[in-house]
Amino acid sequence: MKADPRGVLTGTHFIDGDHACCEGALAAGARFAAGYPITPSTEVVERFAQRVPTVGGCFIQMEDELAASITLQGGVWGGAKAFTVTSGPGFSLMMEHIGYAAMTETPCVFVDVQRGGPSTGLPTLPAQGDMMQAKWGSHGDYEIIALCPNSPQECFDLTIKAFNFAEEYRVPVMFMMDEVVGHMTEKVVIPPADQIEVVPRNHTHKPVEGFLPYATNGNQVPEMVHAGEGYKFHVTGLTHDERGYPNMTPAVQQKLITRLQNKIRNAVDRITMYEEEATQNADVIVVSYGITSRVAQRAIDMARARGLKVGKLRLITAWPFPDKKIAELAERAKAFVVPELNLGQMSREVERASGGKAKTYLVPHAGGSVHRPEEILNVILEAAR
Amino acid sequence: MLANWREFSRSCSSGVFVAKGRVSIVVERCKACGFCVEFCPTKVLALSSAFNSKGYHPPHVVAPEKCSGCDLCGMYCPDFAIYGHRTDEKKAAPLKSEKATSQAKPVQVQPAREAQS
Amino acid sequence: MTQLVNPIPHLDPAPGNPVEPFLRSDRMPHIWCPGCGIGTTVNCFAEALIESKIDLKTLALVSGIGCTGRVAGYVKLDSFHTTHGRAIPFATGLKLANPKLNVVVYSGDGDLSAIGGNHLIHAARRNIDLKVICVNNLIYAMTGGQTAPTTPGHATTSTSPYGTFEPAFNLPHLVEAAGAVYVARWTTFHVRQLARSITEAFNKKGFSFIEVISPCPTLYQRRNKLGDGLDTMKYYKEKSKTKHGAPTSEVGLTLNGEIIVGKFVDRDRPDYGSLLKAQMHESLGDKYVDYDEEQGYACSADGGCEEDSCH
Repeated sequence: MKADPRGVLTGTHFIDGDHACCEGALAAGARFAAGYPITPSTEVVERFAQRVPTVGGCFIQMEDELAASITLQGGVWGGAKAFTVTSGPGFSLMMEHIGYAAMTETPCVFVDVQRGGPSTGLPTLPAQGDMMQAKWGSHGDYEIIALCPNSPQECFDLTIKAFNFAEEYRVPVMFMMDEVVGHMTEKVVIPPADQIEVVPRNHTHKPVEGFLPYATNGNQVPEMVHAGEGYKFHVTGLTHDERGYPNMTPAVQQKLITRLQNKIRNAVDRITMYEEEATQNADVIVVSYGITSRVAQRAIDMARARGLKVGKLRLITAWPFPDKKIAELAERAKAFVVPELNLGQMSREVERASGGKAKTYLVPHAGGSVHRPEEILNVILEAAR
Repeated sequence: MLANWREFSRSCSSGVFVAKGRVSIVVERCKACGFCVEFCPTKVLALSSAFNSKGYHPPHVVAPEKCSGCDLCGMYCPDFAIYGHRTDEKKAAPLKSEKATSQAKPVQVQPAREAQS
Repeated sequence: MTQLVNPIPHLDPAPGNPVEPFLRSDRMPHIWCPGCGIGTTVNCFAEALIESKIDLKTLALVSGIGCTGRVAGYVKLDSFHTTHGRAIPFATGLKLANPKLNVVVYSGDGDLSAIGGNHLIHAARRNIDLKVICVNNLIYAMTGGQTAPTTPGHATTSTSPYGTFEPAFNLPHLVEAAGAVYVARWTTFHVRQLARSITEAFNKKGFSFIEVISPCPTLYQRRNKLGDGLDTMKYYKEKSKTKHGAPTSEVGLTLNGEIIVGKFVDRDRPDYGSLLKAQMHESLGDKYVDYDEEQGYACSADGGCEEDSCH
């Protein structure tokens, strides 16, 4: 389906990542947001508050992130595409409701513009310390999708992708920006609405009589309904069966939780996005994401200028993790170099997925600035030895 | 309407007409809390000595002629296990005194013409 | 299987229980204890739905976690059993996305005033058009009888085994101060009045709060040697005093003391939706796109979006 032109600010813009993310949400059809201010994410909802009343929607600033993260889900069940925006401390507060969204299969987007942590940390400076939290932050077994833009243009494009994934898989999608990508100003081209593909809500065509809100007809994603349509359905965070009724037995738990997991894991190939370059004959492959990938590019160029065969894998989808791709690359390459603005998070996934076939070198950074290219280059040189 | 009713009741030899009701009990839902027995305004119910499958004593009707179908039992029942409803049958209660008549709250007001049939 | 006992078999078969159409009968019997008052409040709620003639299609019920929170699972309406304390913000989202919905929040005292306290006062402040039914059994029942912000002083609970000493919330006072436009309190004894209050709340725009004092015979009453559910109902009958319009500062509860019931607050303030529209129209004029006027967001009930583009 084409995007609704009312939400698409077609043109060439010079805006930062936060602003681009907001435009991406509007282009995707988001018409409801519930937010709470937190640096460096606030601009996303500030812009939304300004734009959405002229597009046809609603923004509410709630009293805390606990409220924001569930209010947006009320908005979804009321019929809107909805999202919220936060950073580390707020992301931590939202964890229970991310789990609720996963359990109730509420399609929505959580934008995390990562900053230095833990705790209050570095409110105005970048880090990538929430990557594991995006996947494991809430309790219990559940799957989410996480995307990592590395430019304001990607903040626009990938936000649309995030909403599309959310609707297709009825899952909360984590949009993992960082403070630099959020606050850097670059050219962002917004195409005409008819060139933007959006996935509409997977609304059922079934009649009211006998409708089961969590029946899946074998394709693992149930069709959705909204309040006010006469279906008189029930949604609960308790372990539930196809009727949506609480059914707290091990058998139902097994069936439900494995379906929620398989819903995403079986679709890894369709969800996984990355940028791959010169990995065929590479000795060392640099695996990076977000703003770090741009610094890594400079380090890769410097290494190649010295004659080294260095490949690049930029993760766009961080979760579900592209196990197969890493395993495949591990067969050929000698080592992975993983620079990230944390003390080792996605590098652990790379190491795990490589199955011991290639060595993983972490280039850590506690946050507060981006790497210097030389820091990454030095590790590439060491890995190549 | 009230004036008509008073005239009518004075003209009756047998006295006031009160609504008649019936109670239905969903025995298996009952948890014998006793609310219906206690709060029935005309004391129609009592807990029986019978058991349902959970071991509770459900209520039973001990004074069916007193049931007016007001459904207070149904309103009180926390287990949705009992309800009252009005039936068409009317019952004439003996006229005790003028004072009693004026205090009585009839729930069905019948036009004089129909009542005499 | 329902087994009806009909004492006078020769008369017409009984019509159904008036509350039955509102129940998910396939989930009966429910989990509430003998003598618990929550089911009684559901009868009153059903009565209010009938009286107010609300289109049930537009009704959404949101609850939190706790014994009262289970109401959402037992009523045959669009119902949402959300997280602990967050029924009100979820309900806010529902209402804002589709202003045509009639949104009821049905939850307990712990859920609404402890973990949910912040959301309670903000929703009242904003005057979001929600009808909040707060069943107050003075305890955290579902988790085994811990102290709630509403537990009266000197009561024994599982987390205050030597007696509570914290001052308790006076909920009507709290929500009135926060901005609620309709505040009433009844007990589960006052079935007709409660049904009437809920009906009045349905006919009123803005944040309505109805507190219902209810027995928890298994925990609160038992631990404090206050008898069973029936004893408690008799206590409500005996010790309640109806004082419509009473100053809410004076309606605090004490252990075994007098219970002031009645309609305390019934005032008019513009609700959040009206304020939003007024402000937007004033600031943006023609540029404001009133999504409510358009159609809210709800897709057609017959299924599927017929639009060319997603909105």
